[in-house]
Amino acid sequence: MSIAAKANTIWQYANPKKFLATSERVLPFFWATAAICLVVGLVWGFFFTPDDFRQGSTVKIIYLHVPSALMAINCWLMMLVTSLVWLVRRHHVSALAARAAAPIGVVMTLIALVTGAIWGQPMWGTWWAWDPRLTSFLILFLFYLGYIALWEAIEDPDTAADLTSVLCLVGSVFAILSRYAVNFWNQGLHQGASVMRAGAVTGTDTTEKVSNVFFYPLFLCIIGFVLLFIALVLYRTGTEIRARRIRALLARERAGA
Amino acid sequence: MTLIVTDLAIARGGVPVLEGLGFALEPGQALVVRGPNGIGKTTLLRTIAGLQPPLAGQIAGAEDRIAYAGHSDGIKPTLTVTENLNFWAAVFGARGILGALDAYDLHELADRHAGNLSAGQKRRLGLARLLVTGRPIWVLDEPTVSLDKEAVGKFADAVRAHLGQGGSALIATHIDLGLEAATLDVGPFRAVPKPVDDFDGDFL
Amino acid sequence: MIALLFRDLKLAMRAGGGFGLGLVFFLIVTTLVPFAVGPQSDLLASIAPGVLWLGALLACLLSLDRLLALDWEDGTLDLLATAPLPLEAVVSVKALAHWITTGLPLVLAAPVFGVLLNLPGPGFFWLVVSLAVGTPALSVVGTFGAALTVGLKRGGLLLSLLVLPLYVPTLIFGAEVARRGAQGMETGTPLLMLGGITLATIALLPFASAAVLRVNLR
Repeated sequence: MSIAAKANTIWQYANPKKFLATSERVLPFFWATAAICLVVGLVWGFFFTPDDFRQGSTVKIIYLHVPSALMAINCWLMMLVTSLVWLVRRHHVSALAARAAAPIGVVMTLIALVTGAIWGQPMWGTWWAWDPRLTSFLILFLFYLGYIALWEAIEDPDTAADLTSVLCLVGSVFAILSRYAVNFWNQGLHQGASVMRAGAVTGTDTTEKVSNVFFYPLFLCIIGFVLLFIALVLYRTGTEIRARRIRALLARERAGA
Repeated sequence: MTLIVTDLAIARGGVPVLEGLGFALEPGQALVVRGPNGIGKTTLLRTIAGLQPPLAGQIAGAEDRIAYAGHSDGIKPTLTVTENLNFWAAVFGARGILGALDAYDLHELADRHAGNLSAGQKRRLGLARLLVTGRPIWVLDEPTVSLDKEAVGKFADAVRAHLGQGGSALIATHIDLGLEAATLDVGPFRAVPKPVDDFDGDFL
Repeated sequence: MIALLFRDLKLAMRAGGGFGLGLVFFLIVTTLVPFAVGPQSDLLASIAPGVLWLGALLACLLSLDRLLALDWEDGTLDLLATAPLPLEAVVSVKALAHWITTGLPLVLAAPVFGVLLNLPGPGFFWLVVSLAVGTPALSVVGTFGAALTVGLKRGGLLLSLLVLPLYVPTLIFGAEVARRGAQGMETGTPLLMLGGITLATIALLPFASAAVLRVNLR
């Protein structure tokens, strides 16, 4: 297959009708696999793994904390990509997908922050510390809020899509800048990102690692969160498309058509 | 150079309002745009002035040659009449403002703060701005709002003088200016909505 | 471009232009802080760099919603967009005018407010340097926020919500320079970072500001 033909197969989903038809067909699959992964992963993680020798059973919040934190960042990345697609190719579905994803990202960020606080209290003796990671997530949370507020504030949907896309681009640059600034400002309590480190998986690093016992259910939970995210985004994008459609129809009616 | 508009389609708030519109505006000509309220005259003029992109069609010969005057005049109330005009003269590459003051009889008001002017006087100042731009194509949206009869006459004189120098003007107005101008009725170009079940990438 | 700059400065100086309002706001914040945290001079001395930076930042924020909104309301932006000036230049000049009327007075007045908060001796120089290097970024970023919200009826609060997260890096490095300077520590790294952020925003952000302004004008 030529590259052009391949590109065509992706862009055909930019048609709202095609998108709706396809997403309705695949949604049940995503809902089901997400549910299976999450139920199995969480039950396995909560009830069938040993307590950590240092952290006790509090460690088990990792099964919510790590996947939600990952998705909080990946959701912003997805919004960045779809915003770029909107700015370059002007596909409405892309802009609406970004709009649909933002509230999911906020919830993921909030879950990560709250579970982090619950985990941090017994571990560090405090609900909140101005640690770089925590602070970065708080700033990410603010970016999400600003992005959503801008979408809500602007009446014309195309204008809103353009402005929020530029905000997403500029915001991404500043979010990365903030991450480094915060790191510079305060070295923190939070352990490194230990899940995906080579040492963690092979078990050679004994001080800060997630051992295999914890890793398999955690991996399942991460997959579950990814699938859940995809399902939610597809579902919400469908809702946004229908809302846009209603808006367009109402506008036509007012215009006397 | 002639302003040529071909097969233009424009939208307001995401809804197409006019389509298939075309005309040519030669130097020395004026064209009066007419049509009922809400048909998209303002949108048309803003599109030609380059403030918003058209849905379809071409606009040739407009680049950097248009002086646009919309519903608001861009006048700063805390600056004097002279300062307001001097600013726009500087932005468009300095020309004297005396001619502009003459044309609209603004000499007596020259040192007044624009905030103290009446609505009609402000409008005259806004129209005087066109004369300092040195741009050949005037695109004017309801230029005679709040002008008295005498001022409308002055405006018509200014347009005539502008046309005489090889300029051209595109004017949306409801009153008769007494100009030798062709009329463009945009009514027949009202956009025909697509069938409702045609659900394409633009939702329209 | 120079005409636009002079016009903006003139407008700011005339009645109702709001010149000096930021400065008065800065003074009030500085006055209120000791009431809130107590009059102990060593406590004030330790928080002075941060408080002064925060005060400067908020004073900058205060005048942002007028930056483009006035020109938007009276149609000047429409006319400027059809003028020979590129919109990128217009927003850059607007940001420069904002800095001259807001940022520069803050930089010059900061040492006086530093006295009020018992800022330690070596801190004065670094406070002024950090504000001088950092406040241009506040104006440029603020112009972007103002361009985003220019078409909105009550954009003021939204403007703060959008702009404040973007101020985080500048605030962190700026306050860090002032804090380290006050404690007699080395200030090279944060100062370079602060300068880098300022230069990068001046170089790149006007393009984004002009792009969103074009969207808002159509």
